[in-house]
Amino acid sequence: MFSYIVRRLAVAIPTILILVIISFALMFAAPGGPFNSERPLPPQVLANISAKYGLDQPYWRQITTYIWNIVAHFDFGPSFKYKDRSVADIIKSGFPVTLTYGFWSFVIAVIVGVALGVVAAIRQNTWIDYFAVGTSVAAQALPNFVMAPMLVLLFTLWLGWLPGGGWNGGQWQYLVMPVIALSTSYMASIARIMRSSMLEVMNAGFIRTARAKGLPMNRIIWKHALKPAMLPVLSYLGPAFVGMITGSVVVDVYFSTGGIGLYFVNSAFNRDYSVMMGITILVGVLTILFNLVVDILYAWIDPKIRY
Amino acid sequence: MVYPDKAVMEGVAQATGMAEVKGRSLWSDAVTRYSRNRAAVIGLVVLIAIILFSLFGGFFAAWSNEEIDWGRMGNIAATGAPSFENGHYFGLDDLGRDMYARTVQGTRISILVGLVGSFVAVVVGTLYGAVSGYFGGRTDQIMMRTVDILMSIPFMFVLILLLVIFGRSIGMLFVGIGLISWLDMSRIVRGQTLTIKNKEFVEAAIATGVKPMRIVLRHIVPNLLGIVVVYATLLIPGLIITESFISFLGLGVQEPSTSLGALISKGASQMQYGVIWQLGFPLFFFLVTLFAFFFVGDGLRDALDPKDR
Amino acid sequence: MRLLEVDNLRVAFRTGDGDVNAVNGVRFGIDKGETLAIVGESGSGKSQTAFAAMGLLAKNGSATGSVTFDGQDLLHLPQKELNRIRSQEIAMIFQDPMTSLNPYMKISEQMIEVLMLHKGMTRHEALDESVKMLDAVRIPDARARITMYPHEFSGGMRQRIMIAMALLCRPRLLIADEPTTALDVTVQAQIMDLLGDIRRDFGTAVILITHDLGVVAGFCDRTLVMYGGQVMEEGPTIDVFEHPSHPYTLGLLKAVPRLDRDDATLATIAGEPPDMSRLPAGCPFSPRCAMVLPQCPTTKAPLEPLGGERRRACHRPVAEVV
Repeated sequence: MFSYIVRRLAVAIPTILILVIISFALMFAAPGGPFNSERPLPPQVLANISAKYGLDQPYWRQITTYIWNIVAHFDFGPSFKYKDRSVADIIKSGFPVTLTYGFWSFVIAVIVGVALGVVAAIRQNTWIDYFAVGTSVAAQALPNFVMAPMLVLLFTLWLGWLPGGGWNGGQWQYLVMPVIALSTSYMASIARIMRSSMLEVMNAGFIRTARAKGLPMNRIIWKHALKPAMLPVLSYLGPAFVGMITGSVVVDVYFSTGGIGLYFVNSAFNRDYSVMMGITILVGVLTILFNLVVDILYAWIDPKIRY
Repeated sequence: MVYPDKAVMEGVAQATGMAEVKGRSLWSDAVTRYSRNRAAVIGLVVLIAIILFSLFGGFFAAWSNEEIDWGRMGNIAATGAPSFENGHYFGLDDLGRDMYARTVQGTRISILVGLVGSFVAVVVGTLYGAVSGYFGGRTDQIMMRTVDILMSIPFMFVLILLLVIFGRSIGMLFVGIGLISWLDMSRIVRGQTLTIKNKEFVEAAIATGVKPMRIVLRHIVPNLLGIVVVYATLLIPGLIITESFISFLGLGVQEPSTSLGALISKGASQMQYGVIWQLGFPLFFFLVTLFAFFFVGDGLRDALDPKDR
Repeated sequence: MRLLEVDNLRVAFRTGDGDVNAVNGVRFGIDKGETLAIVGESGSGKSQTAFAAMGLLAKNGSATGSVTFDGQDLLHLPQKELNRIRSQEIAMIFQDPMTSLNPYMKISEQMIEVLMLHKGMTRHEALDESVKMLDAVRIPDARARITMYPHEFSGGMRQRIMIAMALLCRPRLLIADEPTTALDVTVQAQIMDLLGDIRRDFGTAVILITHDLGVVAGFCDRTLVMYGGQVMEEGPTIDVFEHPSHPYTLGLLKAVPRLDRDDATLATIAGEPPDMSRLPAGCPFSPRCAMVLPQCPTTKAPLEPLGGERRRACHRPVAEVV
């Protein structure tokens, strides 16, 4: 197991490096980019950057400095727009927000999605199955940026139950719509995947064996069917994670929740490259680490995977 | 073990594997089976209608998509509602522009992005996957590892970075979406190539001294057609969503051009002023377009998948 | 009273292309400690007969008639009662040992859950008992290997584990559905030997479902030949093999390769296995039968006694068959 993890890490680290190098190269390639400024940056900012990266140094030197600062000091350099804020400051203020509603979205999508999928599979061709299949087809075409306005229309403008945006320290009223907007389509996908894999597993020979052994249905589902049926869901969690972290940008923009997505879009409009890069790298690292965890979980569940 | 979408695609893979055994009859067989699937047929009809709308809807517009109706722009909520009398069938947007003309144009851009991205996926993904699968060994390992690495990067962020650095334009959007769309396709094609390359007709070609690249292009790729068609269709709605996502954030298509995502974004920001049509019409076309593509793609998959017969 | 009595059993599956009648009025019984072979080609309904008796039909299948075990009608038993009989009274092993063990659970988990559930044993007792049973089916080093996963065993070993698992509660009847079909020939013999020993040591009645007549010959007291979901003939194995009374049995026996004769040609039965959704009104074998009579395709021959313990369903007089 240990060597398996080490081997997965050995793949993860170069991936992260490639991501950093791509973003770095993009910045240098930028026609109106920060380092070959046609539009001069404020002198104070330029001085900060110059000191940080050593702009007179060769590129490889600049990259290694940049990476080293991140690894050693969690220092993504100064912002290009704000004299007094570093990229790390911005991440520190936005990330907890993203993490909070992201966590709830993820947990709800997985738990509700799995439960719905299992019930739909076991009660195949009943109203609950049709309901689950129907919603999951519908939710496929309801990405977060469609869900968000529809939720606001319903809960804020028509019913007046929930505030249309803001964060307010993460009170539940402010959490509900971001979480629903972010989780619905993934919940639906998970339900769909779970349903079909559960149906397949329930037709497997070993389930017939379990029935022949006289085990009650509950035990067959929980002990015999659930684990193998979860594997496809597990391998979907990586893409779902990427999708949610991407969707958080819409949530932040639309609900003004103040997560990193908002900073990302703002810096996109401001051409604040260092913030964009910092967030991209952070998100990339999180994704890669998450995939690593999924891989390990997968290996742990499926005894046929050799470490 | 079963992977979600991979499983689906493997089904298709098997289907196309059979195709080659049964020769031409698969395609006529597929047409029969497709036409028996009511949802798929309706999806296709709707899809054709939407494409016609996006191409020729402009001829029926009383206003252009840039023209501002000065007479009504001061009080859109009261006077800008959809109406056949003044020619604003879908009402006016917040600046007093005709929503009908803008929806036509937005639909066109969205579908175009989907088609172009899907086309890139077909060309790049098929060649990449076929080469990787056919040559195998170290080449395959390196090529697929690269795809793995690219896939584990959250691409929306890189895409936005690209758009910011190289300027926000529709061309850049095409490039950016094209860059990511081929990854899945290449994996699926590779898997299918692995099964095709051991078939007798490929061995026969090798035995008669046909050059490797020619085998890939003349013998492997044509046999991938079924799976590529199905997957390309299923890819389009995802790409439309991607484009709309970026446009929703205001980072995609730039004014006065528009896309469904940009229109939804605009409508969503205006809806508290009682101008729900600004959200309603683009949202309707967005959803209908997506569903139409889903149903057509599903129908194609079922038509080419012998498992369900 | 017989241990298991099947009467007029019918199994039908609802499918998109209409109903498929897999079993059409099967009647047989088995006594305590007896061994019965159910023989037939694939699609003859032999496996579905067993699945119906165990309540293991696929979701779209339904069974009518009666299956009486020890006075209880299994077809109409509440789920809870049926679960009590499964594995405690009747156990089953399946064709493919690769798929009939749960690949995600250790062997130990899969075995002890049976004992804990049915016998109320503690985890520890159940584990000891399971190890004993694995020893009994000659799994070497059972105590250590019981914590392994199925994929760590060979096919033959897995089938031994299946047998051990089936015997945990000392059932009175073991239904073996093609237990050797998926195995290598040498392993087949070992598994059949094992089943023979088990029948002797545990006194278990065995229903052996197979298409392999070679397996039947040395193992079963009685043989039931099925075709198209119906019983063609039944009797003591020796009689059936030496003096087949039905053209289908005759065809089956001729199709078995034999080393003790010189004729190199191997007979086959002409035609294809029956389409179960479109069976003829009469004898299902009539389209392929070499001795077909005019009334065969339209009128069913009743399953009638033929001296001693034998029964047959054929219009053609016995004397003309041999």
